[in-house]
Parts: sequence; structure tokens; C-alpha cells
Amino acid sequence: MSFLAAATPTTTWYLILAAVLFGIGAVGVLVRRNPLVMFMCIELMLNAVNLSFVALAKKMGDIGGQTTVFFVMVVAAAEVVIGLGIIVSIMRRRPGATADDISALKG
Amino acid sequence: MELVVFVLAAAMILVGAVGVIVRSNPVHAALSLILTLFGVAVMFVAQNAHFLAAVQVIVYAGAIVVLFLFVIMLLGVDRSEDLSSEPFRIQRPLAAIVGLGVIGLVVAAVVSSRDAIMVRGTGLNVADTVGDGDTNIKQLARSVFGDYVVAFEVTSVLLVVAVVGTVLLTRRVKGSGKAS
Repeated sequence: MSFLAAATPTTTWYLILAAVLFGIGAVGVLVRRNPLVMFMCIELMLNAVNLSFVALAKKMGDIGGQTTVFFVMVVAAAEVVIGLGIIVSIMRRRPGATADDISALKG
Repeated sequence: MELVVFVLAAAMILVGAVGVIVRSNPVHAALSLILTLFGVAVMFVAQNAHFLAAVQVIVYAGAIVVLFLFVIMLLGVDRSEDLSSEPFRIQRPLAAIVGLGVIGLVVAAVVSSRDAIMVRGTGLNVADTVGDGDTNIKQLARSVFGDYVVAFEVTSVLLVVAVVGTVLLTRRVKGSGKAS
């Protein structure tokens, strides 16, 4: 098992994991029709980006990456609040609406 | 040891992420999201971002997912939906192709440029004094309240705007009985 102890995860591993997480989130947004679950998939993508920011901050020795993650979290919280408010007000008018039903603004 | 932490946290993240997109019940999807968020918090600790790990658990798992669950319960959509039928038959294969393409492109970019990442900062968690345990928080605080203080003030405005906007969006107009 000594080769396992010697193998330490490098920044590349973290970035690849973040890429996979982002891809899963993107597929979720494209496949799911429940607006709530689509929002959760957007959170997955934001977390993937946060993960790569933190990994690069460690690699580059620069705290700026972690500062960016801090701001991304704030914006994500604001975005969830607004998005859920919109979803609640849509669902009140049309219970059980999916993303396909909300096409009134389509050009 | 680092490898074990990485593998376990990566398994948490990926299982949770797949759970979010395949579980038919939104409540189960939200709980899978918590699993992913905790895995990301473990990764943050492994990458010397201790403060962000705490914020991740408190804000994401503690507030955002609870908000999701609250809205799910409020709207009464906490039952399984039928995922087997798909109105556009081509959509799922296309989505899989897009997802795999995104993953492939990013992985190719990361692998091909892995030697190009330069060290340009002063290093993370450099202690001012020996035995100082708060270096991550101190460094982050100097960055947020020093270099990025204008952005910090703008985010406070953003939060106020978000709260006021949500209250306006979801309130009912008195007398009409309908959502405004």
C-alpha cells in the first residue's frame, strides 16, 4: 500500500473533479423539467466552479481565489432567494408548472 | 491519507450530484445536494480553505438547502414525478453529449495546461507568528476588507435588493386575493 500513500492528489485531480461536477450539473439543467431541481443543478455548477477556484488558490499561493469563492457564495444566496421567489409566485398561479409551461416570455 | 480524503470526498460529491439529477422526488434531490455540498466542504478543508468550508456548511447546507426544502413543502411538490416519459425524445441523448463534451473539453484544457500554472501570490496560510492558527481567516479578511472592499459593499447592496425584490415578488395585493 506504500504506492497509495505516496500518491497525493494534485491540483489537476481537483480541477478534473470540478469539471465532472460541472458537467453533471449542466446535464441536470438540460434534462430535468422541475424548476426547483433545475435550480439545484445550478448550485452544483456553482460549487464546481468554487472547487476549482479554491484548488487554484492553493496551487498559486494567492488568497484571491478564496475571496472570489466568498463573493460567489453571496451571489448564489441572492440568486436562490430571487429564483425561489419567482418560482413560488409562478406556482401559485399554475400549480405543477414545469419549465416547459413557462414560455410566456418566449420571443 | 490525503488520497483517502480525496477519494472519499470525491465519492460523496459524485454520488450526491448524480442523485440530484436522477432522483424523481425533489426532497431526495435536495438531500443528495446536501451530500455534495458536504463533500465540497471536505475538499475546501483539504485545500486550506477552512473559513470557506465553514461557510459552505452553514450557508449552503444550512440555509440554501433548507430554503429549497421549505419551498418544496410550501408548494406541495414533495412527491415523485414521472421521469420515464420525455416529450422530446432527442433531448436526453443531446444533453448527455453536451455534458460529456463540456467535461471532455475542460479536462483536456486542464491536463494540457497543468504545467503552466504559476505561483504568483505570497502563499496561503503563512503564519505571522509561530503557532498562529487563524491565518486563513486573517488572510481572507485582509483580502476582503482591503483589496476587495468595494466589491464587498456592492454585495451588501445586492443582498438588500434581493430581499426587497423577493418580498415584492411574492406578496399578495390586499383585497384582490391574487398574487401580484
